[in-house]
Amino acid sequence: MSENTQQSARPRVGLFVTCLVDLFRPSVGFAAVRLLEAAGCDVVVPRGQTCCGQPAYNSGDRETARALALQTIAAFEDCDYVVAPSGSCAGMLKTHYPELLADDAAAAERAREFAARVHELVSFLVRVRGLEQVPGAYEGAVTYHDSCSGLRELGIKDEPRRLLSSVAGLEVVEMAECETCCGFGGTFSVKFPDISNAMVERKAGNIEAAGAPLMLAGDLGCLMNIAGKLSRQGSPVQCRHIAEVLAGELTDPPIAAPSRR
Amino acid sequence: MSRDEILGKVRSAMGTTASPAERRQLAEARIAAPPRVPPIGRVSVPEAELPAVFKSEMTRQLAHVVEAGNSLPQAIAAYLEDAGLPPVLRCGDDPRLARLPWHEAPNLTLNNGPARGDDPIGLSHALAGIAETGTLAMLSGADNPVTLCFLPDTHIVIVRRSDIVGSYEDAHARLRRHLGAGRMPRTLNLISGPSRTADIGGKIVIGAHGPRRMCVIIDGTEGENRGA
Amino acid sequence: MQPSTRTFTANARQALGDRNLQAALAGLPTGLVAQRAAARARLPEFEQLRDIGRDIRNHTLEHLDQYLEIYERNAIAAGAKVHWAKGSADARDVILRICRDANARVVTKGKSMVSEEIGLNKHLEAAGLEVVETDLGEYILQIRDEAPSHIVAPVIHLTQAQVEEDFRRQHKDLAPERRLEEPAELVDEARQILRRKFLTADVGITGANFLISETGSSIIVTNEGNGDLTQSLARVHIVIATIDKVVPTLEDVSVLLRLLARSATGQDLTAYTTFSTGPRRPGDPDGPEAYHVVLLDNGRSELLASEFREVLRCIRCAACMNHCPVYGAVGGHAYGWVYPGPIGAVLTPGLIGIGHAASLPNASTFCGKCQAVCPMHIPLPGLMRKWREAEFDQKLTSWQARAALKVWGIFASRPRLYHFATGLAAKALRVFAGKRGAFRSLPAAGGWTQYRDLPAPQGRTFQEVWNERKEGAS
Repeated sequence: MSENTQQSARPRVGLFVTCLVDLFRPSVGFAAVRLLEAAGCDVVVPRGQTCCGQPAYNSGDRETARALALQTIAAFEDCDYVVAPSGSCAGMLKTHYPELLADDAAAAERAREFAARVHELVSFLVRVRGLEQVPGAYEGAVTYHDSCSGLRELGIKDEPRRLLSSVAGLEVVEMAECETCCGFGGTFSVKFPDISNAMVERKAGNIEAAGAPLMLAGDLGCLMNIAGKLSRQGSPVQCRHIAEVLAGELTDPPIAAPSRR
Repeated sequence: MSRDEILGKVRSAMGTTASPAERRQLAEARIAAPPRVPPIGRVSVPEAELPAVFKSEMTRQLAHVVEAGNSLPQAIAAYLEDAGLPPVLRCGDDPRLARLPWHEAPNLTLNNGPARGDDPIGLSHALAGIAETGTLAMLSGADNPVTLCFLPDTHIVIVRRSDIVGSYEDAHARLRRHLGAGRMPRTLNLISGPSRTADIGGKIVIGAHGPRRMCVIIDGTEGENRGA
Repeated sequence: MQPSTRTFTANARQALGDRNLQAALAGLPTGLVAQRAAARARLPEFEQLRDIGRDIRNHTLEHLDQYLEIYERNAIAAGAKVHWAKGSADARDVILRICRDANARVVTKGKSMVSEEIGLNKHLEAAGLEVVETDLGEYILQIRDEAPSHIVAPVIHLTQAQVEEDFRRQHKDLAPERRLEEPAELVDEARQILRRKFLTADVGITGANFLISETGSSIIVTNEGNGDLTQSLARVHIVIATIDKVVPTLEDVSVLLRLLARSATGQDLTAYTTFSTGPRRPGDPDGPEAYHVVLLDNGRSELLASEFREVLRCIRCAACMNHCPVYGAVGGHAYGWVYPGPIGAVLTPGLIGIGHAASLPNASTFCGKCQAVCPMHIPLPGLMRKWREAEFDQKLTSWQARAALKVWGIFASRPRLYHFATGLAAKALRVFAGKRGAFRSLPAAGGWTQYRDLPAPQGRTFQEVWNERKEGAS
């Protein structure tokens, strides 16, 4: 697969920032932009986006979810691709928007057309852009958590590992139960905190046992949950979004870590 | 009436426009011609290799498998002696068992009829052996009272080499040939080894309520006028 | 069985602190989960069979009335008495009447989740019958007066030590100094005791894993042999099964049988798969004199007519709960009723009402593992989401949650307002955090910060910085 498409024009990629990246950790967004540009894309960030609508959708509020879906689809109308640094948001846009808008034939068609252009960041870089070399550099071991939506809705498993393995000096060490849910689940983490805690405790235990000083994942929700737990436990293991390592955007402190200044 | 109410609700649940007669026809046709299943690779082998697959699968299920090319009564006697079990068997009226040359194993005692609580060994003849999962197909009846399969501590089953088929579908075909289409015995038991449970702390214990051990004797004596 | 689904959260909290339960649940990954994976690996046709099995179940449900009628006709032709029961009370009454007509005193039972659903045992005992559970796990539950916590392995929540304690407490006439250290010793003790019951039972009651239209047969899938002893030794055999158990032919059931044991325990086939057709025949030296089948609706026809119809494809393998991280954390009793785990989260609201059981479909992260392993491809997370929609539409969600959603929705559908507000929030939280990377506690975030730190925002939103840079560049 080539790095540049056969077209002479660079594809116009709309970055779906995700509400968590936007509010909590913009550096992930900038890392994503860096990677997309390295993959030969022109990146735009439509201002009409806010949230994919999952909180409403998963709470049974289809009306609000539908409104947000239509808003999102409209915001990205002029993009060749829609790329999100999140398996769960990309999954929402790609696999759930068509079902959500199924009642209205015209909207459903728009949703299907839109969904076809949607990709999660890492899978886009590998499968669509054929990226084999990333700008980032990192020496040391990392372990990787497979976020549920990315894994089971979008089939993302090899791609992160492939790109990580291409970073000189970086060794991927698999943790036990890497595919098991971390217990975030959006509102689940606050509606059922005891159970969520049991799940993230187990995940944290697996991460520490893997022995790598850095853990990565493709979803900020999972990362905030896991990093929050590791931080509470006083663990030295650091957490970053995979885009940060692949793009070499490591100046900001890891998630939940204090700022140096 | 409960029946009509329930069926009525089920019918309206599907919101179908087809007439009852059409739907009945479709169902009957479907029963007469069920869809095909992909061949199970494990038993897509030449027929002559099926007994080996059967033996391997049965052994995996923790049955003791003996290939007897000669005297079945002697094979039975040898098994019981090796296992330290009493030479007392209870069996049904199966003519294939009655015709065996029991005089070749004179120390064996045979009792006839359904099992009672105290029979140590049950002896049955299977309709067929199913290689795909190491499974025996047993029919209940005077030939093989079903209690023989469950009450005695030890169950010995004889299956002819030529009755070892590949898949469940093959076994059902045999059954249909034996009894006629759509007809079943009072019980058809598919048995894949001795009884077991994992209810205590997830640990597998062989020998729960049914037999503690199973011995399967593959009868390769055909063509020598033994049984018919 | 009386539901305690309303107290799910409290049930779960108790379960998380239960050391015996947690020790027992710790065995799932290396046990049932690993076993299924191994069985699946050994059968290359597994995925194909899943698709075929799903299609068989869909087809059957689409023509359920026909297959039920054909089943009934063939069962009656074989000498069965077929009874139809709309709900639990009807089923209990029919079964009690059959027992009374048979002058029964002792009733043995094979494992049947449906019998739990209708509360059969207590009803028969109240009428003066001795009811004996013969499946080892169910027997243990009976002497503990406890409900099953799993639909295949009923005492998966107990440790061996707990069972030993139960046996010593219950089997008082046995020598107190006897050895009960090995699982085999415990099993043997139960075998001796229950053997006597099998031989004196008047009525044997089993469930049915499947009912076959083509032949009018019922099937039980077991390992212990207790189901077969229950149904063969008593004078009367009663089968209790819900109407969704029907399958058209022997070939169809073979597909499902290939999936069932592998998905449930990792066995290729259980030790005993028994097809029963009618009572004892002329010339039969053993077997029951009478064979009754009670076909129970109890909400299935409603489910069939609803958007939850797909849940009726379930073949009761329990793979979903074995792989569910929530079930793995809290076990089955927390779910508060007969069917736990993901299948319980979808089925229970359908059978006892979303008003009682709303917690169950909410207690999921939608990780999707259940759907990934379900042999019938039931879209369990999607169905749980539909229950949440029903809950929302019926305004059963708490007003606080609805209000929060509404406010958030107002902001999220107004991008400029949203970006303005999030810009403020990012700044404010960053200032509040100071040099810290995370909050140890935060008002209104108690659910989160009780157990974890909440990472602090970097200080400005992505949109803010991006647009600033763009403006600066142009």
